[in-house]
Amino acid sequence: MPWEAGTATPPIPVRPGPWIFFNADEAASIEAIVDRLIPPDDRGPGGKEAGCAVYLDRQLAGPYGTGAGLYLRPPFMPNAPATFGYQSPEQPAARYRTGLAALADYIKSNFSGKVFRDLTPVDQDKVLSGLEKGSIALKGVNSASFFTLMLSGTQEGFFADPIYGGNRDMAGWKLLGFPGARYDYRDWVDRHNEKYPLPPVSIMGRSDWTVKD
Amino acid sequence: MARKLPRKDVVIVGLGWTGSILAYEMAKQGLDVVAVERGPWRDTATDFPPGYAQDELRYGVRLDLFLRPDQETLTVRNNMSQTAQPIRRFSGFLPGNGVGGAGVHWNGQTWRFLPNDFNLRTHLSERYGADKIPADMTIQDWPVTYDELEPYYDRFEKLAGISGKAGNLKGVKQAGGNPFEGWRSSEYPTPPLKQNYGSALFAEAAKKLGYSPFPRPSGNISEAYTNPLGIRMGQCTYCGFCERFGCGNYAKASAQTCVLPALMRLPNFTAQTDSEVTRINLDSTGKRATGVTYVDTSGEEWEQPADIVLVCAFSLFNVRLMLLSGIGKPYDPVSGKGVVGRNYAYQTTSGVSMILKDKILNSFIATGSGGMMIDEFNGDNFDHKDLGFFGGGYMGSGQTGARPITTRPVPKGTPRWGAEWKKATAETYSSGFGISTHGSSYSYRDCYLDLDPTFKDRFGRPLMRMTFDFKDNEIKMSQFLTDRLAEIARALDPVEMTASPRKGPWNSTIYQTTHNTGGTVMGSDPETSVVNRYCQSWDVPNVFVPGGASVFPQNHGYNPTGTVGALAYWTADAIKDRYLKNPGPLV
Repeated sequence: MPWEAGTATPPIPVRPGPWIFFNADEAASIEAIVDRLIPPDDRGPGGKEAGCAVYLDRQLAGPYGTGAGLYLRPPFMPNAPATFGYQSPEQPAARYRTGLAALADYIKSNFSGKVFRDLTPVDQDKVLSGLEKGSIALKGVNSASFFTLMLSGTQEGFFADPIYGGNRDMAGWKLLGFPGARYDYRDWVDRHNEKYPLPPVSIMGRSDWTVKD
Repeated sequence: MARKLPRKDVVIVGLGWTGSILAYEMAKQGLDVVAVERGPWRDTATDFPPGYAQDELRYGVRLDLFLRPDQETLTVRNNMSQTAQPIRRFSGFLPGNGVGGAGVHWNGQTWRFLPNDFNLRTHLSERYGADKIPADMTIQDWPVTYDELEPYYDRFEKLAGISGKAGNLKGVKQAGGNPFEGWRSSEYPTPPLKQNYGSALFAEAAKKLGYSPFPRPSGNISEAYTNPLGIRMGQCTYCGFCERFGCGNYAKASAQTCVLPALMRLPNFTAQTDSEVTRINLDSTGKRATGVTYVDTSGEEWEQPADIVLVCAFSLFNVRLMLLSGIGKPYDPVSGKGVVGRNYAYQTTSGVSMILKDKILNSFIATGSGGMMIDEFNGDNFDHKDLGFFGGGYMGSGQTGARPITTRPVPKGTPRWGAEWKKATAETYSSGFGISTHGSSYSYRDCYLDLDPTFKDRFGRPLMRMTFDFKDNEIKMSQFLTDRLAEIARALDPVEMTASPRKGPWNSTIYQTTHNTGGTVMGSDPETSVVNRYCQSWDVPNVFVPGGASVFPQNHGYNPTGTVGALAYWTADAIKDRYLKNPGPLV
């Protein structure tokens, strides 16, 4: 989702609407997490407003979530050298489910019954740093690798084409000055040291190209 | 039980660069040809149109054009004492899949090897002494010379419309080209690409240090071009989506843009897609192939009888098919005997990343094979006498785009997330710059391919096992090349820079290149090669491996496709001019 792997079908834009993969509690946590990983500031929206949680939701509900197409035959030897690659049968959808549940348990018992979204931003960052460093132990989950999974997914959503639900209004691309799907720079390749002047476009074009009533 | 199909003159395994070239050449002879391709049919207008070819998530991250590991993968380890593990998701190298093969998703960098790459062992022995070559280094001379291959390099470059500037025309040095290249019989078919700002800065700095920068020979072409098959290619638009992507502009050389439109019109050619060849069948003597067996997507098994079998899959899968079919003796690293799987090699790459002062690079304006290069430190272009290693590579400004999921330079010490990360990411995107080296990878006694004892594919056949690591020679070479590259970087007066020479152990999770070579090596001696100088199996003479990089005896300091294309034409001529007249061993 939204394309069918290995076929030539054009991508189908993600539709706004109810969560498909996350339950309400998970969604609330993930929206708060992506907004700390990419906080809103005067440069532009944060992860939540940019749709990173929606992006993750739709990805986890699709083939990415189940690891479709990957080699998943046993035996699994998770303790092999890391340079041989990821060697666990657990795929992203299951890892988010168990990871978010373990995180909720950790916060409940360490922050007097609270949930992630109700922590102060300072405490939220402390928890995320603890996961990143592995200094917070989550039950049954490698916290550092779960953090990396969430971080890379959030950044993917922020910088992927908006068609996938994140990078809303091309917020990620505007932050960088990346022109997106333009596909033709013949008139600019030898204009050295001059800032490229045009705003980004998505595979679906731009909102100001659509018919106004 | 396989259902038997009507006999063909030629069956081709895989419809990528070599498969399509051989198919065209054989079919033009009037032979009845079928190509069996395990992946889907792909064409520009339907599969990577400019409307959505530039989708980084789909193609660059989720790898939609590539081989899916559940269809085939391999196991990897660094040395013989380890238990190999399967690559569950491709990341260190990315084998292609489908019609066009790796030629769909490549960058287009189209080089020739140096003349003395072809007689490497003899050359090094004569210049430095045979005792200077490490005992476990199993490099060997190619069974063909540069002079013999030159017309075939020329033919492939004209097929593909390659853009560039000659540095040596029939022995006469040409200003602006690569002064170290072997002689060329003609100029490149199309002029060099325009260079983006980063490449212009690199060239200026390299020149200041006394080097001779030149534009990289490119399969993304600088202007519209009609190739000798009458097929029209388009002009590169510098969109920055080459590597891992199909080209929507008909501007990147591939089977789709250079061969298939002419090939598909030939009535005596058939493409059988979504069908995986599981073995080459042999008769009771084991000395003659009777055709191939393949499985289609419904699981149905078919036997395709044929007089000639051409093994044109991706390098690694040529080796596995030979092992699974029992053609040639499998290599045993302990005794050093046997040949199939021997002399697997890779590529030793490295880079220097920088942040430049007050520069707007617009690095997203790029093409996969643009850039300015220097060749002073490739092959034996420089004296290795006191260096303690052999080999080398080209280096230059090889940034192929700035696609934002994967390319976001930040200063050293920047946190991975949060407000500081966001600020640094925004401020550095337009001034971050990377340059790189592309070094040789020589072959060694204990770097090889064989069948894995544990892991199986979806048909229950053993996966292939890769045993590989970087050796001292390559690590020293990479340090030397990276030091030279860092000197050029310093001349750019960067705010900061990080040099990353290649170190061991080889890490299968970090993308380096998909230049996997060797395993069905070509040579003059059946004790140390799988195929002879015409890419013909020593053991089963109606089986050829026409030029996939699996025939390279070792890998040199260049991208392989130019040589792969030249060997495809070289083999096609040997079959046409010699084998068809008198089928049997050509050597």
